[in-house]
Amino acid sequence: MPGIKIELLIPEMFLFAWALFLFLYDLGAKRKNSQSLGYLAMFGVAVTAVLLSLFHGGMVFGTMFQSDQLALFFKVIFLGAAFMAVGASFDIASEKIHNHRGEYYGLILLSTVGMMFLSSASELLMLYIGLELTTIPLYVLVAYFKDDRLSVESGMKYLIVGAFSSAILLYGLSILYGLTGTTDIVLMKINLSLVFLANGKIGPGLILAIVMVIAGIGFKLALVPFHMWAPDVYQGAPTPITGFLSVGSKAAGVVAFARIFVNGLIGFATDVMAPLDWGIIVAVLASAAMILGNITALRQKNIKRMLAYSSIAQIGYLMIGMVAATDRGISAVSYYMFIYLFANMGAFTIATIFNDKTGSDGIISYAGLSKSSPGFAACMTVFLLSLAGIPPLGGFVAKYLVFASGIQAGYTWLVILALLTAVVSLYYYANVIKMMYFSSESPSYKIKPPIPAQIVLFIGVAGVVIFGLFPQPILNLAAEAAKVFAF
Amino acid sequence: MQTDTVQLVFYLFSFLIIISAIYVVTLKNIFHSAIFLVLTLFGVAGIYILLHAEFLAAVQVLIYVGAVSVLMIFAIMLTTRLASREIKQSNEQVMAGIFICAGFLLASLGSFANTVWRVVDKPLPENNTLTLGQLLMNEYVLPFEVVSIVLLAALIGAIVLARKEGA
Repeated sequence: MPGIKIELLIPEMFLFAWALFLFLYDLGAKRKNSQSLGYLAMFGVAVTAVLLSLFHGGMVFGTMFQSDQLALFFKVIFLGAAFMAVGASFDIASEKIHNHRGEYYGLILLSTVGMMFLSSASELLMLYIGLELTTIPLYVLVAYFKDDRLSVESGMKYLIVGAFSSAILLYGLSILYGLTGTTDIVLMKINLSLVFLANGKIGPGLILAIVMVIAGIGFKLALVPFHMWAPDVYQGAPTPITGFLSVGSKAAGVVAFARIFVNGLIGFATDVMAPLDWGIIVAVLASAAMILGNITALRQKNIKRMLAYSSIAQIGYLMIGMVAATDRGISAVSYYMFIYLFANMGAFTIATIFNDKTGSDGIISYAGLSKSSPGFAACMTVFLLSLAGIPPLGGFVAKYLVFASGIQAGYTWLVILALLTAVVSLYYYANVIKMMYFSSESPSYKIKPPIPAQIVLFIGVAGVVIFGLFPQPILNLAAEAAKVFAF
Repeated sequence: MQTDTVQLVFYLFSFLIIISAIYVVTLKNIFHSAIFLVLTLFGVAGIYILLHAEFLAAVQVLIYVGAVSVLMIFAIMLTTRLASREIKQSNEQVMAGIFICAGFLLASLGSFANTVWRVVDKPLPENNTLTLGQLLMNEYVLPFEVVSIVLLAALIGAIVLARKEGA
């Protein structure tokens, strides 16, 4: 095959090799020396990011590996999530994981490799394999505390739900293949229009396929009604892994969704499939996610469960941009995911450090935190306010862009609903802040995060604040990413 | 082969698959369930042959009938007294499950019947397996290689989860 630019695969190959290196290094390293492994993992992710900036733009193996702007944008998000998850894991790795530390970090990297392949795939086969490579290490990581009943239970749940949803997704994809005779997403769109022109109809098989693919990816995104697993898994998993799950694997699902639906099935959103177009289905699911996620989050007493429901609601907001299916919508979704990376990873890092120190995940234990650890509480406040969408933080700009794209595309009812539920969400985010600042209790402990976690918190706060005040550079990149799709 | 014969064989295999699949999910003895699973997977291999996917059929027999099922049977026999124990395979949600499955079956049958499918009009290549191998090593070499990473991740994950702590 002429013109193969194999060097485009170097970032993925390097990260994979680095994961293998971590497995081997752990064999040789002294058991007590757990810090070096974490630093090595962070170093590997950083080097991959540098390699990515050197090698991108173009295709290898047809559309199976497209190193385009969209892929590049999301790969940065994945690498950021992996970097922050590793940085948050130092205490857990040295205290709770006695064996297999190398595997812990290595599996995070392998999952990231999967996400990177997934985001580059404009082809159903590679997309599916990327998704599997993303989730299989996560099944293991979720159940990593083998002595902890909750962790093992959540691992089991995640495995069963994950396998089930993969099967549904694969069935849906196979129907798409049967309809079009190709796995290339763009060719799929052309073939579908040809079938339509020749026969005047495609038939309900396409609807069946669309419903199954939405369900399959919906499980990965924890979109209502496929969200049942999320709170339990988020609660039981090691907290950095929960963060990684809620940012990395969600971003991966978002790319897969954008590639299949916004790029591949866009022509069939209105006239051909009416009245059952995928936009309406997803809009209804998104509104259900916003309502259920926000209302249920109000009642949560555990910070990880609260963040789980909050992330269900966040995906609801994000889907508005997807439903809009315009270039503005996609760039808004990309920017949203980028800010979500900092805010959510930051919040979960705080939860990790807090749990390491106090052994508790209860929101009530955060009472009076601002007195003993003011900087720590301030970080948490910034993350929560960004998640709630308060100006001038990044979350506000992200929400504004997504809502604007929704209104532009004619989904006014969805945006009004989103605004109403966003007000509700303010209550439970502010509740944690109230606990930290306006409680009469003054805890005896003082939280001092380890240095890698401090770096992660710094990145998180800086990202949320800087990209909230000066969103333009990221917005330009997001707009470039959206140009990948021909609208 | 005559079309009638092909159809007859298809129905025979389908019957075999469906009956043994029902046994897999209803029998009380997990060992018997595993044996019927072997039969189900074998029937699927038969369908593959009818579809001229000989290589897929061989792989199906080798991997699913051979490796996976034997592994499951080993696991059952090595687990203490699991092979002789009576288990209940259903819970109170069995009726809801039946309704959902029946609804899904009807919906998919209805939509399959009314859909324009893409049919291969050219004859299949003589050397099916050869073509497949060449494709795997050329156009599809990237997924082929990435699948091996998936397998590696699964392997390492399984070892991490199954190993005894402190060993």
